[in-house]
Amino acid sequence: MPTLLPHFPATFIVTGNPLIYGAEVSIVLATVGILFVLTYFKKWRWLWREWLTTVDHKKIAVMYLIAALLMFFRGGVDAMLMRTQLMQPNMHFLQAEHYNQIFTTHGTIMILFMAMPFIFAMFNIAVPLQIGARDVAFPYLNAVSFWLYFFAALLFNLSFVIGGSPDAGWVSYPPLAGLEFDPGPGENFYLLSLQITGIGSMATGINFMVTILKMRAPGMTLMRMPLFSWSVLASSILIIFAFPVLTVALALLLVDRLAGAHFFTMLQGGNPMMYVNLFWIWGHPEVYIVILPAFGIFSEVVSTFSGKRIFGYSSMVASLMTISVISYLLWVHHFYTMGAGPGVNSFFAVATMSVGIPTGVKVFNWLFTMYRGRIRLTVPMLWAIAFIPIFAIGGATGVMLAAAPADYQYHNSFFLIAHFHQVLIGGTVFGMLAGMYYWWPKMFGYMLNERIGRWAFWLFNGGFYVTFLPQYLLGLMGMTRRMYTYPADMGWNALNFISTIGAYVMGVGFIVLVLDVVYSIRYGERDVTGDPWNGRTLEWSLPSPAPHYNFARIPTVTSRDAWWTGKQARAKGDAPAPPEPLQPIHMPKNSGGPFILAVIFFIGGFGLVFNWYVLGLLALLGILVNLLLRSLDYDTDYYVPIEEIEHTEATLRRA
Amino acid sequence: MSQHPDRPSDHASSHAADRASSHASNPPSGSPWMYIAGFVISIALTLGALWLALARQFSTEALLTVILILAILQIGVQMFFFMHVTESPRPQFNLWILGLGMFFTFVVIASSIWIMSFGGALGY
Ligand code: HEM
Ligand SMILES: [Cu+2]
Repeated sequence: MPTLLPHFPATFIVTGNPLIYGAEVSIVLATVGILFVLTYFKKWRWLWREWLTTVDHKKIAVMYLIAALLMFFRGGVDAMLMRTQLMQPNMHFLQAEHYNQIFTTHGTIMILFMAMPFIFAMFNIAVPLQIGARDVAFPYLNAVSFWLYFFAALLFNLSFVIGGSPDAGWVSYPPLAGLEFDPGPGENFYLLSLQITGIGSMATGINFMVTILKMRAPGMTLMRMPLFSWSVLASSILIIFAFPVLTVALALLLVDRLAGAHFFTMLQGGNPMMYVNLFWIWGHPEVYIVILPAFGIFSEVVSTFSGKRIFGYSSMVASLMTISVISYLLWVHHFYTMGAGPGVNSFFAVATMSVGIPTGVKVFNWLFTMYRGRIRLTVPMLWAIAFIPIFAIGGATGVMLAAAPADYQYHNSFFLIAHFHQVLIGGTVFGMLAGMYYWWPKMFGYMLNERIGRWAFWLFNGGFYVTFLPQYLLGLMGMTRRMYTYPADMGWNALNFISTIGAYVMGVGFIVLVLDVVYSIRYGERDVTGDPWNGRTLEWSLPSPAPHYNFARIPTVTSRDAWWTGKQARAKGDAPAPPEPLQPIHMPKNSGGPFILAVIFFIGGFGLVFNWYVLGLLALLGILVNLLLRSLDYDTDYYVPIEEIEHTEATLRRA
Repeated sequence: MSQHPDRPSDHASSHAADRASSHASNPPSGSPWMYIAGFVISIALTLGALWLALARQFSTEALLTVILILAILQIGVQMFFFMHVTESPRPQFNLWILGLGMFFTFVVIASSIWIMSFGGALGY
């Protein structure tokens, strides 16, 4: 051991805390349980062939969705713990150290391991179907992205029981996150798991940009493309240009920590403020990366359930593209207080405020789409409507924060906390839940229950206001973020208590949402038409769930809202053109490569967390071999024969 | 596949796109030597910048300028040797994205220098 594993920490397994003992026991039990079920029901082969090796975008979407919901749960438990600790002054529920770890993992998990996979689930389920493609441009790479994300999330969560959680905030600023003040392996877990999932996200950005630009059905010009696909294009552009900067920032900090470099130390000519700058060059675009797809979903949902085409399509497209460029130029508003000078701060303040303009255009367009529409208040529509007031308040407080001199007061107070939860939950989370309810029948072939869904919606939405509106006031009253407790005489007691109650209501809302899923798995209404919402875009022209090749014949698109205009024409009595003869369909083969690659990344990452360079090097070698084998593999595709297509189509349409 | 009328049979084309850059449709012009040359030149440019920074022979402004020039050269090397900018048959999208990339690169570097010089308050 000693030579192979130097620095083997004495405290490898985290001890000394009842919560963590509980977690350790439940992890062991859950693992044993899963292994037992798989073995007992002889599901190993099924798991491997149907899921672990799949390159089908629809299955990858399902896996992203499950992972996102699980991570939502973990991040949510963190939130409940924090709110319990803050419920009353001088609480002894959590220690300071433990509170630091929990807010760090909460923020990191919610952004990188909940919001990101949630948007990727939506990318994967909707984009190829909406644009009339049979898969994404690079299906193998798509699987690589998912598995890198999956194993990065595993690595990050492992820190809870092995080695210790990171505790320097989700932004992980040096010098606090540097070796000097944070010697344990916790920060290494943060750095390495973010690096690994970052590679996956970057690949997803490239994949979907190419898919959208290159694989649209004939006739689907860019200006006929559904708005969700446009939003994915905008988000992918931001991913491609923002994530490399995060990679650089994290890599430099990692070199500081592992190899004793001094990029971000105060001594030896380093400068920790450069990390802050680099982090937010990624960090600000990141919040738009997760909000733009939500905008896209709202556009689809609002237009479908108002029974109208979207108002101002071209201005929607223009504002998406404008946002994706402008949002790259705002990052300094996260560190006005660093004091780069009045010139810098004023420039970025004006730029930040200007992003409100295209966003406002979008809000008005949604409102005008609903105006005089025949509105159906389904669950997806409820989430979409509820988003608008929340986002309006969040946007307004955002503009308040953008005023640099005023921000010296608001910065790092609960006012800021309330602002970003308002936009992240009201925007991204509401958007993803709307999308989940909307596309669920397309993913699984049955609907989620609307009644239970309404309960979940009202609890979550109501609890949201109760949780976060008091936090604005707390911020104005001087309560700073990341404080683990407060004295009783500050006048903060009542508001904190209310906020915690609201958080519990949101927690109950989440549980009801999960109940809805569980209930609907058994009793959900089957979607036999493939078009349960009377939809407008091409994904609703397919059976639910779609066959693995999506389209037996690639449609030819002649207008915006292609499926809707087709339905209109048929209702008027226009006979549909006789179907063209089927042709064999060219499809990618499944492969275990992506899964194995990600496992090797995981092993290497784990090794580097503990400075076990031998393991790291072996993993690097394994990665290279894996990539080499793939590039020498020519047997990667096959043709689905016509008889099989005919058979599949007949079974699916018969239902 | 609206963009590929030249590959009509290839509807799914997932495979084709997966391989487009290596061998399926555009045969790469040339041998591995292109890549090796690009790799070596890139490393030389990077080590050069590192050495200049460590040696501290220049004033800060001169050092920044030289490093920036080396960086721009390296962008060119990467574009030419690895990204094959000159070989794309249909450059419309590529040009747009390349332009955007250049713009963002410029913004990141110029603003970072602007921000991190703290109005001249922080001498290096
Ligand atoms: C049930 C809903 C939620 C509640 C009650 C909640 C509560 C909190 C609390 C109490 C904090 C720490 C305040 C402090 O600094 O002391 C926090 C921080 C944070 N939350 Fe949430 N949260 C929720 C959902 C979310 C979601 C959905 C996201 C992202 C999509 C998110 C992202 C963050 C981030 C980025 C931070 C900052 C972490 C840091 O400062 O290191 N939260 N949240
Ligand atoms: Cu920002």
